Amino acid sequence: MFRYLSIIVCLALSGVLFLNAPAEAQRVMSVQVKEGQLRATPSHLGKIVVRVSYGDRVTVLEERGDWKKVSLWGRKNQGWIHNTALTNKRIALKAGQGNVGTSVSRDEIALAGKGFSEEVEAEYRKSNKNIDYTWIDRMEAMKVSPEQMEKFIVVGRLALRAEGGKP
Amino acid sequence: MNKIFLSWRMGIILPVVMTMIGCAAVDTVTTVATTVGEATGAISREQGESIRKSTTAVSKSLEDFTPEQEYYIGRTVGAVVLGKYRPLADAKANDYLNKMGQTLARVSDMPELFDGYHFLVLDSDDINAFATPGGHIFITRGLIRCCRTEDALAAVLAHEIGHVQLRHGMKAIEKARMTEALSVLAQEGGKSFGGREVAQLTQAFGGVISDITGTMINNGYSRSYEYQADAASVSILRRSGYNPGALTDMLKVMAGQIKPGGSDFARTHPSPRDRIDELKESGQSSAGSEPPAVRNERFTKAIGHLL
Repeated sequence: MFRYLSIIVCLALSGVLFLNAPAEAQRVMSVQVKEGQLRATPSHLGKIVVRVSYGDRVTVLEERGDWKKVSLWGRKNQGWIHNTALTNKRIALKAGQGNVGTSVSRDEIALAGKGFSEEVEAEYRKSNKNIDYTWIDRMEAMKVSPEQMEKFIVVGRLALRAEGGKP
Repeated sequence: MNKIFLSWRMGIILPVVMTMIGCAAVDTVTTVATTVGEATGAISREQGESIRKSTTAVSKSLEDFTPEQEYYIGRTVGAVVLGKYRPLADAKANDYLNKMGQTLARVSDMPELFDGYHFLVLDSDDINAFATPGGHIFITRGLIRCCRTEDALAAVLAHEIGHVQLRHGMKAIEKARMTEALSVLAQEGGKSFGGREVAQLTQAFGGVISDITGTMINNGYSRSYEYQADAASVSILRRSGYNPGALTDMLKVMAGQIKPGGSDFARTHPSPRDRIDELKESGQSSAGSEPPAVRNERFTKAIGHLL
């Protein structure tokens, strides 16, 4: 009896440890940025293979430092994307999408547009009419293309191959 | 079941539960460990339920805010900053700032935000800079005047990127407010919100905005946050090929220009001297090579008229 129970406990605890183990081969993640890019090489200057958007599901194929090589769910396109653009949570773009409330637990779901969102900003603006967002919109429209960035680095003799991420 | 046997199991299971609470996958681990405890009879079902509930409450934290939500918080925090400081409609300077800033952000620990990083010059003689949780970064003309080189300006932008990557803005949200906001969020799980929840959330949103802007504009972050952002700046400068000693250079110029007791940096930041000392003590003030002439030429061309 004693031995039998300790085996149960040990098996259960090793189950706990396996749950903690990193990524199995077919790990699926979601894009958590508005617009993301899958690139040919693990670098922000890598050629863009395909653009991905918020909520897109990707399958992780390979990891290198802070970069993951992924394929778009159900499609052939593959490319590299930085860790910080991905989340383990499933992002449902509308309520009721993505098996919400069935097989997936609440904490694994992030509903896009839920919480502090465009809708909440609009409500907030109704009662704070003195706050002006004109220049917030203008500064957000100031984009820098990968070509412009590469030129800025090369002309300024900066480090071209540098990448971010925790050492 | 005899008593000794029960306490033996409690002795094994409870420490394991407690140790696992420190892990990242708190919820999953606790749920599994608690279920084990229940199944073997070491803890009652009610005890199990209570452990699960309290762990869920504890793990409701900053991580529950998605980058999308930080972006919307950032937009309004930025709009409040722009109510206090006028933007400088200078396309040449703003374009230069965005090219440099986005190049620096790329090598930070947080290169990807929901809508990326954006930079804007503020038309003020105050020495000041702000960074919102959404990646909107503002820097005054007064602070640009403390920068003699592109490397020094890069040090300032990298310090602000450091505040974003370390989520200092989000950490300024008061605990009670965080709990309030997250409890509204937790109500409906995957379902969408009705009018009442939106009203509750909007109220919590207003509170979050005043917590962050109150700290950022009026009170300032703690000294340790400023030192952390300085350390992040040096590491970003080093990775991107700028002179890591440029932050110390900029702080020396700032020390000569800052007005003690002024309404800007002097009130919300540790003194430049203290920051220089801190950088020296942590071995982060070592100077690199002189910047190439081309880099300083483009610096003068882009923002020389603001100096």
